[in-house]
Amino acid sequence: MTNPSTPAIRFDQVSRYFGEVKAVDHVDLEIRDGEFFSMLGPSGSGKTTCLRMIAGFDKPTSGHIHLYGQDVSNLPPYERDVNTVFQDYALFPHMNVGDNIAYGLMIRKVPKSERTKRVNEMLELVKLSGYAGRKPSQLSGGQRQRVALARALINHPKVLLLDEPLGALDLKLRQQMQVELKSIQKRVGITFIFVTHDQEEALTMSDRIAVFNEGKIEQVGTPAEIYERPASTFVAGFVGTSNLIVGELAKRITGSDQTFSVRPEKIHLRAVGDKIDGNMISVDGVVRDVVYLGLYTRYLVQIDEGNDLVVIEQNLKTTSMDVLSVRGQKVRLQWHKDHISRVGG
Amino acid sequence: MLTRISTFFHQHPRLVLFLLLGPPMIYMTVVYLGSLFMLLVNSFYSIDDFTGMVIREFTLKTYAQLFTPANREIFVRTASMAAAVTFVDALIAFPLAYYIAKFASPRLKTWLLIAVTIPLWSSYLVRVYAWKLILAKEGILSWFINLLHLDGVLEWLLSFEAIGGSSLALSPIGMFIVFVYIWLPYMILPIQTSLERVPGSLLEASSDLGAKPFQTFRNVILPLAFPGVVAGSIFTFSLTLGDFIVPLVLGNSKFFIGQAVYSYQGTAGNIPLAAAMTMGPVLIMIIYLLVARRLGAFDAL
Repeated sequence: MTNPSTPAIRFDQVSRYFGEVKAVDHVDLEIRDGEFFSMLGPSGSGKTTCLRMIAGFDKPTSGHIHLYGQDVSNLPPYERDVNTVFQDYALFPHMNVGDNIAYGLMIRKVPKSERTKRVNEMLELVKLSGYAGRKPSQLSGGQRQRVALARALINHPKVLLLDEPLGALDLKLRQQMQVELKSIQKRVGITFIFVTHDQEEALTMSDRIAVFNEGKIEQVGTPAEIYERPASTFVAGFVGTSNLIVGELAKRITGSDQTFSVRPEKIHLRAVGDKIDGNMISVDGVVRDVVYLGLYTRYLVQIDEGNDLVVIEQNLKTTSMDVLSVRGQKVRLQWHKDHISRVGG
Repeated sequence: MLTRISTFFHQHPRLVLFLLLGPPMIYMTVVYLGSLFMLLVNSFYSIDDFTGMVIREFTLKTYAQLFTPANREIFVRTASMAAAVTFVDALIAFPLAYYIAKFASPRLKTWLLIAVTIPLWSSYLVRVYAWKLILAKEGILSWFINLLHLDGVLEWLLSFEAIGGSSLALSPIGMFIVFVYIWLPYMILPIQTSLERVPGSLLEASSDLGAKPFQTFRNVILPLAFPGVVAGSIFTFSLTLGDFIVPLVLGNSKFFIGQAVYSYQGTAGNIPLAAAMTMGPVLIMIIYLLVARRLGAFDAL
């Protein structure tokens, strides 16, 4: 049995270069046992390369990867107790659903009767009972997705890797699968490592998130930490919408010219001349644009040359008539001091 | 005027289809199927043994002649050669095709595919005669075998009645080598095409699920590339079955089907027997193609 304090995955100064390109550049990372961990970043940020190195499809140029304390950096994929759900699902087209799911057991020569039993358990887990005889080509995208998940989970891997598995699904199905994945993860208790470029997906499902950019990790933290306290301008911009305030205006507001960010939903729109609370920050500006989005309205407010703030207000009492008439008017913006997040570079 | 013609054609798409497809379809049915039909008709005629004239009356007499021991032997000999050539071509082609499809860089892939197809640009006859020189008793292959001190092995092989002969250039072994060489591209290309269509993620998935390389090969690569192998075998098998040049140039007195047909319709002037003999391979290939279709070979072409 593994020691619970041993990290599921540990990256020790891991780099992967493709010629001149530094896909992954001296990354240190610890992923805890049993957590739902997301690697978030734009395409080409190194998150998928990291996943492939954990799976063994790729080897680090330098550095070491540990799986529950064992150095697996140079082990082939078939000798690692890790399974993957592929972006294109990678189901074997010449096998039916049951044989696809049983593949790992078949390779390990598990007796046929036990294989059938476990396949049925898995089909039940992913809500596909009765589909064992179908060919992958007869399934919808969402169903293939579940088969791919079952095929990986049946082997009880120490770590399950998911490479943008929801990318090909439509929005409704994707949201449904997000909830399901999370509940399956809780039930099986396996460490999930989830690669995605969708920040909303990462925020919804993860215990912790690592934000990747240009081969490096910008920040590791819980969804709330990442969202409320972005550690860099990149994180502030990539995760959610963020207002970055720089230069003179930053100095005027905080007394320091260090860049800071404030989330659009934290800012309140007030009439000019509204009284100023000591704990609140207040600036005046002109509404340049208004977009009515049903649930909420998005305002673009210009403070001064080069500083436009996005403000989001829920449409609790207002209608589109009310909000659209604000365009061009002078307004006062207020937000609580605590909602300022200083960002690095 | 032009606009009106265009509009007319636009309103009558079936006429356009007929005008475009008509000539080739007429050519196909009249020239191609017509000649095949004439072959079939002729195979039911017979020849007058005394005058050598074709008797245009329906009879199965000619087909009965196919079952004489000498002719039966020709069929068995040719089919065995075709099967052996197909088998060895598949063995040689698979690793090559696999390398081209899965490992070669795009640049190298282009060059390798050119290398595979370049022999097809030169005359087949030239290549067969070139091989006759290579295989000759004083040829480069014998010289090389001598260099390796393997001439004993070669002589031992040539001493076998069924496959041997006075030299490689006049023996079934020599023919076999040339057939394998000549039809190899036709095996490599379909296998490469079918392997090309196997996504790399399937191989990774297999490995990820614990399969060692050989297990991945047996459980994933081979079943998915099999239609390509069958497609290639259609070429190698049928081309060997019908060929008469290679046996003519490199063979001995033991005939192959193509050679027999060639001599029956030529010097012997026995068109009906030549036609009946041709129907043999046609029948074999029809059965072969039906089986191949069931195995999904036509998806790999």
